[in-house]
Amino acid sequence: MKNNNISKSGYWAESLRLVTQLLLIWFFVSFGCGILFKDYLDQFSLGGAPLGFWMAQQGSIICFVALLVVYSRWMNKLDQKYGFEEEETN
Amino acid sequence: MDQTIWNFIFIGITFGVYIGIAIWSRAGSTKEYYTASGGVSPFANGMATAADWMSAATFISMAGGIAAAGYGASKFLMGWTGGFVLLTTLMVPYLRKFGKATVPDFIGDRFYSNGARLVAVICAIFICMTYIMGQMRGVGIVFSRLFDIEIWMGVLIGGGIVFFYAGLGGMKGITYTQVAQYCVMVFSYTIPVIFISIIITGNAIPQLGLIGNYIKDGPETSVPLIVKINQISTDLGFSEYTASTSNTLDMFCITAALMIGTAGLPHVIVRFFTVKNVRAVRKSAYWTLGFIAIIYLTAPALGLFARTNFVEEINNKRYAEAPEWFKNWENQGMIAWVDKNKDGVMQYQAGQVFEGKPIYAQEASTDGSPRPVINPLSDSPNEVYYDRDIIVLANPEMAGLPKWVIALVMAGCVAAALSTAAGLLLVLSTSVSHDLMKKILKPDISDKQEIRYARMASFGALVVAAYFGINPPSSFVAKTVAFAFGLAASSFFPTLIMGIFSKKINKQGAIAGMICGIGFTLGYIVYFQFLTQSKDYWFGISPEGIGFLGMFINFAVAFIVSATTPPPPQEVQELVENIRIPQGAGKAINH
Repeated sequence: MKNNNISKSGYWAESLRLVTQLLLIWFFVSFGCGILFKDYLDQFSLGGAPLGFWMAQQGSIICFVALLVVYSRWMNKLDQKYGFEEEETN
Repeated sequence: MDQTIWNFIFIGITFGVYIGIAIWSRAGSTKEYYTASGGVSPFANGMATAADWMSAATFISMAGGIAAAGYGASKFLMGWTGGFVLLTTLMVPYLRKFGKATVPDFIGDRFYSNGARLVAVICAIFICMTYIMGQMRGVGIVFSRLFDIEIWMGVLIGGGIVFFYAGLGGMKGITYTQVAQYCVMVFSYTIPVIFISIIITGNAIPQLGLIGNYIKDGPETSVPLIVKINQISTDLGFSEYTASTSNTLDMFCITAALMIGTAGLPHVIVRFFTVKNVRAVRKSAYWTLGFIAIIYLTAPALGLFARTNFVEEINNKRYAEAPEWFKNWENQGMIAWVDKNKDGVMQYQAGQVFEGKPIYAQEASTDGSPRPVINPLSDSPNEVYYDRDIIVLANPEMAGLPKWVIALVMAGCVAAALSTAAGLLLVLSTSVSHDLMKKILKPDISDKQEIRYARMASFGALVVAAYFGINPPSSFVAKTVAFAFGLAASSFFPTLIMGIFSKKINKQGAIAGMICGIGFTLGYIVYFQFLTQSKDYWFGISPEGIGFLGMFINFAVAFIVSATTPPPPQEVQELVENIRIPQGAGKAINH
């Protein structure tokens, strides 16, 4: 347990950085593509559907699921790096 | 076979399963009652959370809302899924590590004050009460349709069943029932849409409907479905299906309030207390959202299909030749037709037929004649009124699907309403038994007495919820629910975030923040929803979106008050450090 406090604060700082990155993407795909830049994106089309509209109704949701999978992977790796990992569950 | 028989078979089988599970897994200790002893697998918890999450509003009203509002309904789609990103990255891993049974538990300990605990209990009761009303209404609507009874009777039947297995089984019973309910929901939601998708777009994957082609009139006239619907909509005087809403700020605020509210809803948070450790929480979170996404990616396609179908089946058709479902639902009071120009043909166009809900001059007709409506008519040429909820309920009939599919959809609606109601009921009852009785009023009660209080509280809560389910304060089911999110966004979310991410926020700050946040939000909602007809909103932000502003008020008040009062004691600061490290969460404990 030596250097415990240093590793704890290092772990916390890294996990904050990680979460911030994910939340920036989260904001971009939903509020960004789906609402704020919707009109701009609508000039592009995906199978006949305006892109901004599609992002708001389906695209953002697909991104959210992907973000959570990435979050779980990254955080588990981070746990390992700092020796905080726990047993796998199924 | 008769439709009623199919309905009885499907509802009967599903109820048998739920009740069987409830008896098999009934809770013996408070630990099992509150958190299922922390022994649920992430995959099962993902399904259970998805069922808990998707309410009657999602199941019955959302696709109808999308069909009616097009792009404007995206706020529900993004709001009710995006919140899980916040919930997972900012909230549940830390609360799970903390390892107590309820959300007010964390607030009470982190802000070292029973005052804070009490405010949290009141917020929890308020949020869950608002939310559960919509569920009871949903159950009532479905039962009234199923067994041809009044809505109030349906509400009472549904309430009785929920009480039976939520009150008996606690979290353990609820969890495994919800797994079964998710399966019922996902099949009943997607199967009809798959059939419809094949008819309309020729593709068996309904989620691709948004980017598919309309081929119903033959392959040579194939056009993108979205182009087709925009054409239909503008022909009838509606705005384009994909058109932006007039108020981007309001859209932004409502989406934000729904997302943040999602992350602050106590009945969703406690679901993650049932898994083994923090690592399992993360895994469970993506399973949850994955399961939710299956239905949420289907909903916009369903809305699109239903809108197309509805217009084609109804508009410019003679009433005498109207499809059977049209008359069925007219008899249920969810469709009305007024022959304004006396030509015997139904004209469906933009605009309201009349003000409010239809008031019929006579009981259901059996001779095939329309039910006259006595509402004062509007100037709009539109002659067809329909309740949005029928988009899902009547969808299989509209598409001419077999009777067992209709029964399946009914079973799915009931599963959606029951699973959410049960989850909410659990939070309501534990708030009273654990947080109020055990932690504040009577610390020396035994485990058995605590469970008895929990069961009594869930009965009391159901009685109130049933009353409001029969006399709903707001007509559209999703709207009632949207308020719960505003309240959660302005109370729990900011307080929990500050409790985890700041060591400086003290009890005075937290209490003041919660009271101001929820007070402001509630005041705004009550004022515009009940006290005035005026739509003179601040900056055009409607009551559904005001929780977003309420959240900032909570944050601001908490920071200012905390800066001017003594900081939290050392042991609380250590507690905060401790929950930030995932290791050693152990089993969720109660005391």
